[in-house]
Amino acid sequence: MGRYILYRLISAVPVVLGITVIVFFIMSLIPGDPATAILGAYASPENVAKLNADLGLDKPMVQRYFIWLGNMLGGDFGRSFSLNRPVLDEVVERFSATLVLAGVSLLICSVLGIAAGVVSAARQYGLADKAITLAVLVGISIPSFFLGMLLILYFAVHLRWLPVSGMYEIYGGRTFGDLLRHMILPATALAAVATGVVARLSRGAMLEVLRQDYIRTARAKGVGEGGVIWRHALRAAMVSIIPVLGIQAGFVLSGAVYIEVVFQWPGVGRMLVDAILKRDLMLVQGGVTFVAACYVLFNIIVDVAQSLIDPRIKA
Amino acid sequence: MRLFLSLLIRNRLAALGAVLLLALVLLCLIVPLLPLADPDVIDTPNKFLRPFSPGHVLGTDHLGRDLLSRLLWGTRLSLAVGFAAALTAAFFGTLIGVCAGYFGGWIDNILMRLIDMIMAFPYILLALAIVAALGPGMMNALIAVAAVNVPFFARNIRGISAGLTAREFIDAARLSGQGHLRIILTELLPNVLPVIIVAMSTTIGWMVLETAGLSFLGLGSQPPQADLGSMLGEARAALITAPHTLIVPGLMIFAIVMSINLLGDGLRDALDPRLRTGALARPSPVTRIARDIAPAATVPAKGALELEDLTTRFHVGSRIYKAVNGVSLTLARGECLGLIGESGSGKSVTALSVTGLVASPPGVITGGAARLDGVDLLSLPYRSLRGLRGRRIAYIFQDPLSTLHPLYRIGDQMVEAIRVHHRMPMAEARAKCLDLLRIVRIPNPEGRFSAYPHELSGGMRQRVGIAMALVNDPEVIIADEPTTALDVTVQAQVLALLDELRRDRGLSILFITHDFGVVGQLCDRVAVMYAGQIVEEGPTAAILAAPAHPYTRRLIDSVPELGGGRRKLTAIPGLPPAVDRLSPGCAFAPRCDRAKEACRQGPIALARTDTRALRCLFPEEVTP
Repeated sequence: MGRYILYRLISAVPVVLGITVIVFFIMSLIPGDPATAILGAYASPENVAKLNADLGLDKPMVQRYFIWLGNMLGGDFGRSFSLNRPVLDEVVERFSATLVLAGVSLLICSVLGIAAGVVSAARQYGLADKAITLAVLVGISIPSFFLGMLLILYFAVHLRWLPVSGMYEIYGGRTFGDLLRHMILPATALAAVATGVVARLSRGAMLEVLRQDYIRTARAKGVGEGGVIWRHALRAAMVSIIPVLGIQAGFVLSGAVYIEVVFQWPGVGRMLVDAILKRDLMLVQGGVTFVAACYVLFNIIVDVAQSLIDPRIKA
Repeated sequence: MRLFLSLLIRNRLAALGAVLLLALVLLCLIVPLLPLADPDVIDTPNKFLRPFSPGHVLGTDHLGRDLLSRLLWGTRLSLAVGFAAALTAAFFGTLIGVCAGYFGGWIDNILMRLIDMIMAFPYILLALAIVAALGPGMMNALIAVAAVNVPFFARNIRGISAGLTAREFIDAARLSGQGHLRIILTELLPNVLPVIIVAMSTTIGWMVLETAGLSFLGLGSQPPQADLGSMLGEARAALITAPHTLIVPGLMIFAIVMSINLLGDGLRDALDPRLRTGALARPSPVTRIARDIAPAATVPAKGALELEDLTTRFHVGSRIYKAVNGVSLTLARGECLGLIGESGSGKSVTALSVTGLVASPPGVITGGAARLDGVDLLSLPYRSLRGLRGRRIAYIFQDPLSTLHPLYRIGDQMVEAIRVHHRMPMAEARAKCLDLLRIVRIPNPEGRFSAYPHELSGGMRQRVGIAMALVNDPEVIIADEPTTALDVTVQAQVLALLDELRRDRGLSILFITHDFGVVGQLCDRVAVMYAGQIVEEGPTAAILAAPAHPYTRRLIDSVPELGGGRRKLTAIPGLPPAVDRLSPGCAFAPRCDRAKEACRQGPIALARTDTRALRCLFPEEVTP
């Protein structure tokens, strides 16, 4: 197992390098002069030239890429001019807020989605199955940012049960309960689509598994229906559900951008949108690279989890 | 309610989606012809008018602009941009995919590694990076969304192209000296096109949603231009005071995406053959039992297991397959009864019917009884039946690689078989299982206890299957071809083991096989099955010495004799009949060289003599 993890980590290195190349390439697509973009159209030529030299923008592109890469390896992701602080500090702080939100959403969509899929399959064509199928259809069709605002309207504005936005009360201790109260609506809105997708796939995977010979063996042994479904069938279905969860994690992370904007959540997605609108390209570049690299790492974790649940995968 | 939902969820929904989508597209096409207010005219005194205000059917937004007009123009723009993005992504994805698939080799390698890199990003990060570089704007949002979706097309189309390139007609085109471009355009592309269209139709909803998302973030369409996303973005500021500015465009996006999803689901279902044949139906815990006449629940026991006129059918669509057609058998205590027949003769279904293990749908038990100690198992409630399964009647199945759970250790599977019936401490259950593994002669049982099924050889797995059947000391064992998947020497060992266990433990075994050689080694009596019916029954030695039914004789003749070789080995001509269209007479008649007109006239009764039974009008001459 240790060797497998090591192997996966090593094989991730070229992927991460590729990510940096792609990000660097995209950022070099900026029309015109980056220094002008930062300083604005009315900057004096001397200032532009000085900034170009300061940022190392007068050097050839390949050299600039390696300088950027080297700096990042040393922990220096550059400096955000709009926030006037190191990019890495800001990104790490914001990304942890995103992780909390995305993590809870992923938890909701896994538990709820798998449970709904299993119940749906166990009661195929029954009333529960039809109700779940309909709910899934609505869930995957409603844009998360629209759902988020509807949730605010009803639960925060109309019923006044939950806060409208933010991660904590502005004045008050940063308590766990406070975080939880702020979390419920955005996490629900973010999880909706993924829950639908997971439920739908779990249902299919369960129906596939329930026809297998080893399920018949379990029944022949006298295992009850609960044991057949939740122990025998679900365990086998998890083999095809886990990769879906991995893919959904990517979608949840992506969807977090909208939800963070809707709910004023201080996450990395909202940071990137703000940075784009303020043309703080260093922050965009560093943020995108950092999050993408973390995502690669996350996918390795999914693969390792997969090999843990399925002994047939040679680890 | 149930019926309503069922009607709703079946393909009517797909039709509904298609109609809705078509209506929306048509509406967008005629927007310039409609008598709408100018979507961009600002009229601040009349801002936030509610829906159904005079002159503004859907009300106005924060600048007093007519919402209906903005909604329709915005929908038009959103759909157009989504469609354009899908088209762009499909074009570049196809270009990359076809090149990679057609040329293969290093071109394929480089292109696909690049695609992998792009797919390593969560999609929105890449889109954000592109918009960041190019600057906010509808066109740039379109480029970003298209770029992010290129890998999806490239991968799909590469797979198809690579498959097509290996086919003969591409080779033929190459050999005839056509250039690469010509082959790609005239031979490859027409075959890839359907895939592209299907892929486009499934992603277009996504594209609409993603471009709307970027606009919502303020990175797509710029004021005053309206698209659905920017309308939602502007509504966010007035969320609390004027919720209608949010709900109007939100419902529109919802309707678009929903109708595309409905249509896609409908198409997928219609294209999936498994849904039509019911191959994805969930089997219920017990076979469906629908008997016209309920037999007596309990009668005085004549043997360990008795089957009375057992009838099991498969209902597939409008067809009814008579898999088991009135089978009666008696398995005496301590006896080994062989049930023999070709594949498809109904012997396995007979065995599974005993404890209601036939998958249903499609299986239905339509008549007869299966009695254990005189009690009809098929009349028992589920709980009682479940309590008997594995405890008093245990199964040994064929091919334990598929019949053992692949993800649990074999020891855990054995322990579970005990603990579903008995409260036994873990250590004790484990000790018992280890004992049994030793009895079935598995070397190093402690080590094998924690092995997974795929780590054992076929013979070892079969022994585990036998040991697992024995854990609760059952009275009756039903062995369904337990040696068929094994090679001959292992088969002989397993048979010897079963024989020994039977004598030591006084087991009654119903042994199902297609091999008379196996029957001869193990069984006291044998019943021959053909097309769901018993055609001959009797003591093994007598049947082997003097088969009376032509089918039995043919089956015996098809077994190779060890060390013999003087007898001619004969196969039975023809195939067993399809059991959904049985002729009224003897089912074997079409393959029988003794068949006469009378055989085809009507059903032939199973005639019982002292120890034997026979269903034949013109039996083989019994020469003692």
